[in-house]
Amino acid sequence: MKSYDKLIFEISKPGRRGCSLPKNTWKASVSSLPASLLRSAPASLPEVSEPDVVRHYTCLSGMNFGVDNGFYPLGSCTMKYNPKINEEAASLPGFAQIHPLQPESAVQGCLQVYHELGKALSAITGMAEFTFSPFAGAHGELTGLMVIRRWHTERNDFRRTKIIVPDSAHGTNPASAAVCGLQVVQVKSTPAGLIDVEDLKPLLDDTVAGIMMTNPNTLGLFETEIREIASLVHGCGGLLYYDGANMNPLLGKVRPGDMGFDVMHLNLHKTFSTPHGGGGPGAGPVGVTEALAEYLPEPRVKMDADGTYHIAGCAHSAGRVSGFMGNFSVLVKALAYIWTLGRENMKLAGPLATLNANYVKESLKDVYRLPVDRVCKHEFVFDGLADGSTDVTALDIAKRLLDYGFHAPTIYFPLLFHQSIMIEPTETESKETLDAFIDVMRRIAAEALSDPQMVKTAPHDTPVRRPDETLAATKPVLAYVPVAGGHAGDSVA
Amino acid sequence: MAKTIEGLYYSETHEWVKVEGNEALIGITDYAQHALGNIVYVDMPDEDDQVTKDEDFGAVESVKAASDLISPLTGVVVARNEVLEDESGLLNSDPYGNWIIRVKMDDPSELDSMMDAAAYEAFCARA
Repeated sequence: MKSYDKLIFEISKPGRRGCSLPKNTWKASVSSLPASLLRSAPASLPEVSEPDVVRHYTCLSGMNFGVDNGFYPLGSCTMKYNPKINEEAASLPGFAQIHPLQPESAVQGCLQVYHELGKALSAITGMAEFTFSPFAGAHGELTGLMVIRRWHTERNDFRRTKIIVPDSAHGTNPASAAVCGLQVVQVKSTPAGLIDVEDLKPLLDDTVAGIMMTNPNTLGLFETEIREIASLVHGCGGLLYYDGANMNPLLGKVRPGDMGFDVMHLNLHKTFSTPHGGGGPGAGPVGVTEALAEYLPEPRVKMDADGTYHIAGCAHSAGRVSGFMGNFSVLVKALAYIWTLGRENMKLAGPLATLNANYVKESLKDVYRLPVDRVCKHEFVFDGLADGSTDVTALDIAKRLLDYGFHAPTIYFPLLFHQSIMIEPTETESKETLDAFIDVMRRIAAEALSDPQMVKTAPHDTPVRRPDETLAATKPVLAYVPVAGGHAGDSVA
Repeated sequence: MAKTIEGLYYSETHEWVKVEGNEALIGITDYAQHALGNIVYVDMPDEDDQVTKDEDFGAVESVKAASDLISPLTGVVVARNEVLEDESGLLNSDPYGNWIIRVKMDDPSELDSMMDAAAYEAFCARA
């Protein structure tokens, strides 16, 4: 039996082909090309048949794990189920088989998607206008910060080079600010896990471009002082950026625009149920208040008085941030989600996500250490096991979960604790699934005491066990290296 | 319990300083390397770069997180520990034997605000 879980190079046989190329009828031969353009050795490509390729990749896909396989409580990532109706909408030929350079008159329906999604997201967030160019959340952050900087410099205010970021922020926040050329200033959290307003006050002066906040924050806690923070930051001339990564619990209930935020991004691949991670590209649309709309990246879709749509530039734009206008099919999927749920059903997503998170938290807090013990929103953070007498770590617990068929939660983030285990169940899971997860987490906590070595060597039942992360990070092998002593394909057992 | 060494100065952000004349060696503590986990990359300033007290002078990346290095002193970098470019794991195996930068101090009195080994141990125990 041929093994299909090897590398594709390892099932290669010299001369084997999956397709036949047409006869070469070009007059010129390869030898007429300049030597500098020729390979010195033939390309090292795998030689395989079509069934070899299909079986190889089907085998790999079977070893993958996604929301279609099971529970995926990856904190901060909102791994909610991706309804198949989204895919159906995005596969319609009028959406799927277009070219970005088609004339506007031939893609009016697609342009309408931008317009309708913009309207829906504005209603949901309280922002005036959206750009759909950014390809992901962090790209949205950079875009939003470019808009903020543009706002200040257009008003000849060149001193505002600082951006305030809480110590609980997603790592992308300071990274995006640095890429945008802004200096990051950290503001501390209180023991209750919220922004320390007293620590914030002395930071506010006329060099502050703005503050980046996630609300609810990465501990899953709602920043209850947001009104005061907004008035303090606006008072010093700064703007408020809303990191929409944690928008899910607020969906249809609370609007960042009403909280005082000026700029925000949404992760359509989190809150609006489009595929995430290996399952598909992301989208990080950025919304702004009326005052900032003219600084959004170009191009944008505009509707004329007669109801036709066109693509327009903008004189004061902060620039262009993608080749065309973002990941279009993701936008179709998000619009399908919004229209499928409708206004009333959307208001149920947040409360159910919140209920699920609190149910898991309360069911486990006697065996896992809960550093901030209060009602959370969509997610919460444990700091390792309650019984600290073993050296079983968050990593070991995460690895052991894989043996039980669950995806691991986010670990070692946020950085506020040493053994962070960040759990976000989302609203799409049933009580039965949550109970099964709770049961396994309790079992692992017991195993950590009864057989710590077994937990520390987990996973035991996965195709790959513990990769050497240090070696992978310091000496990565990024291209196939043939095995010494003959063709690798000969070694198939 | 994380190790400390007598005679070094310690910061709240888990850097240690060893004074040699008017120069100072700066590294990260055993507590820091333990919290970070396996270190895979060290971002160091260049020779002749200025470092400023309480500002970052580089970063260490581990399999778990990236963390800024905060300078406890103001001065000029006179040397960087090149060995760490290929062998960042030395910060895990021997954090006090492997300094990151050597700095010519502008103001040795800045050392006065740092902790000694006993005070740092007490600080870590509270953290």
